[in-house]
Amino acid sequence: MAQKLTAAIVGPGNIGTDLLFKLLRSAEQGGPIEPRWMIGVDPSSEGLRIAASKGLEASHEGVDWLLKQDELPDLLFEATSAYVHREYAPRYREAGIRAVDLTPAAVGPAVIPPVNGDEHVGAWNVNMITCGGQATIPMVAAVSRATPVSYAEIVASVSSVSAGPGTRANIDEFTRTTSRGVTEIGGAAQGKAIIILNPAEPPMIMRDTIFCAVDPDADRDAIVASVFAMEKAVQEYVPGYRLLQEPQIDEPSDATRGALKVSIFVEVEGAGDFLPPYAGNLDIMTAAATQVGQNIARSILAGA
Amino acid sequence: MTDTHATTAPLDRLARTWSGTHGDEPFGDLDLRLTDTCLRDGSHHKRHQFTAREVEDIVRALDASGIPVIEVTHGDGLGGSSFNYGFSRTPEQELIRIAAETAQRAKIAFLMLPGVGTKDDIRAAQDNGGQICRIATHCTEADVSIQHFGLARELGLETVGFLMMSHTQSPEVLARQARIMVDAGCQCVYVVDSAGALVMEQTADRVAAVVAEIGHQADVGFHGHENLGLGVANTVIAARAGATQIDGSVRRFGAGAGNTPLEAFIGVCDKLGWRTGVDFLQIVDAAEDVIAPAMPEECRLDRMTLMMGYAGVYSSFLKHAGNAADRYGVSGAQILLEAGRRKLIGGQEDQLIDIALMLKAEKDKAAANA
Repeated sequence: MAQKLTAAIVGPGNIGTDLLFKLLRSAEQGGPIEPRWMIGVDPSSEGLRIAASKGLEASHEGVDWLLKQDELPDLLFEATSAYVHREYAPRYREAGIRAVDLTPAAVGPAVIPPVNGDEHVGAWNVNMITCGGQATIPMVAAVSRATPVSYAEIVASVSSVSAGPGTRANIDEFTRTTSRGVTEIGGAAQGKAIIILNPAEPPMIMRDTIFCAVDPDADRDAIVASVFAMEKAVQEYVPGYRLLQEPQIDEPSDATRGALKVSIFVEVEGAGDFLPPYAGNLDIMTAAATQVGQNIARSILAGA
Repeated sequence: MTDTHATTAPLDRLARTWSGTHGDEPFGDLDLRLTDTCLRDGSHHKRHQFTAREVEDIVRALDASGIPVIEVTHGDGLGGSSFNYGFSRTPEQELIRIAAETAQRAKIAFLMLPGVGTKDDIRAAQDNGGQICRIATHCTEADVSIQHFGLARELGLETVGFLMMSHTQSPEVLARQARIMVDAGCQCVYVVDSAGALVMEQTADRVAAVVAEIGHQADVGFHGHENLGLGVANTVIAARAGATQIDGSVRRFGAGAGNTPLEAFIGVCDKLGWRTGVDFLQIVDAAEDVIAPAMPEECRLDRMTLMMGYAGVYSSFLKHAGNAADRYGVSGAQILLEAGRRKLIGGQEDQLIDIALMLKAEKDKAAANA
């Protein structure tokens, strides 16, 4: 592809820096996005230093600086916090910049690549939900495309060192945004999300459990086949995404409130781009954002 | 870790008292302020099946005997009703409302864990009459509670912070985490021995380190479990080290082998001359006549619960490990040992199923090779 769209990453923390590595790699492989700016607020930021060393224009003067430049990015990846993104989203829109939001701000429609990756490519702002959402909602969708899901619950366990200040300050937004994604994109009638930060050393690899309540007469083989197919679909952009066990099916009881209970256990090992492989939670977020950004860029270039 | 013990103070010497910092408040004449948590921690033992009637009867009995604070919530805090932790038979917000309507003098406390519950749940609990918001995090993750303490104070709630699994960290680490909570608006930081794994001076050193860090900016509390049979002993030594808020559950009604038996601790306080405001004979009657009948069984020190204290496993894993052991035909004690080895923390009940499946696979493989 000859023509590329320019992109800025706002927020040079763990997520922003890991995303930088993925965008650079996809650009090298002929992808449609050229990362050109890295924006932060702290001059001593390691992420800014790394971005500058990779040839990006790195500024610690914040988004206000970026928006004053003569040339503006076509695309912007927000990797700050929900509070910051809510404040700035309208200004990106006014400046004609498409935003891919990696915070749980949920300003725009949510996207999970293997579920609705082709939708919303024309939206001004799309939201990546949360790392826990990216890891679990595909599985909720896998069950709900096989049989109606009356309730789905996800439990995301991540290592403490991989949960940056944004995640910590936004933990309510994490649970709220993830549970909304479980219903709106996962297709469950009701949803719930739980997150655990585990400080064990050496750090634990991200683990997620997905529980779905389905009808006792549901086609069990179809559910299991759909879950395995979804594992493959996610592995296309996150190679370290894997089922730890076969999906477990528990018969209806008082403990399942009369439903058939499907339990799915996954592990997400990262590619080790910026943080070590245990931080699969960052990897799946940035890998998904890269996919979504590319889809948007291709759609713009195709329409141009 | 510096678990040395230097004090040679008399047995009844308290480093500080509740009345010393709260003398001008109602109930300010107590040396120690007790919280009974059988309607929260006991929710684990009860598999979250409390009825409205049981809550009403228990609150009335505890309140009449002079217990100043009663905690009522799903065992895993607000929003805990789930596949992962067990669904509540009666919605917890309804139980909080009933407790608040029943109590004449006692304040109703509720627990929330950031990552499980949200600020909306805190607002609802206050609307239902909850007055004390207790916010629990793993003892290295206090910063996830900052927004919740901020909200709770803004709403005029009294606040308590819970540093769970305190046995896993040094006194110095706990003190730093306590500082984060206090700066966020926490009015009392609890050293929480979630696994019942602390041994005497290890408790005192942790409480003393937190007291030294936060001074009189906040109170310090202690929450014990019985998994090594040390609930009362640890609580006595915590009080001597400066904890002025004390948790326990009448009849031990709590997770694992249960909590510090509050009625026993009250008897000990009477003997040491520490004022709790609770009538010993009345609380003993309440334990026998009201609380015991609501329990599915006594909380026991047995193979499973001893394993939790020994391996340092979160007490509420007990019933879930038992369920997974039954479901997959493997040893519950082995599940708990592996949970300790994996350094699982509170909230990761889902991983017990994964461990059971792993043990089953090993067992099947061994059988195939035999």
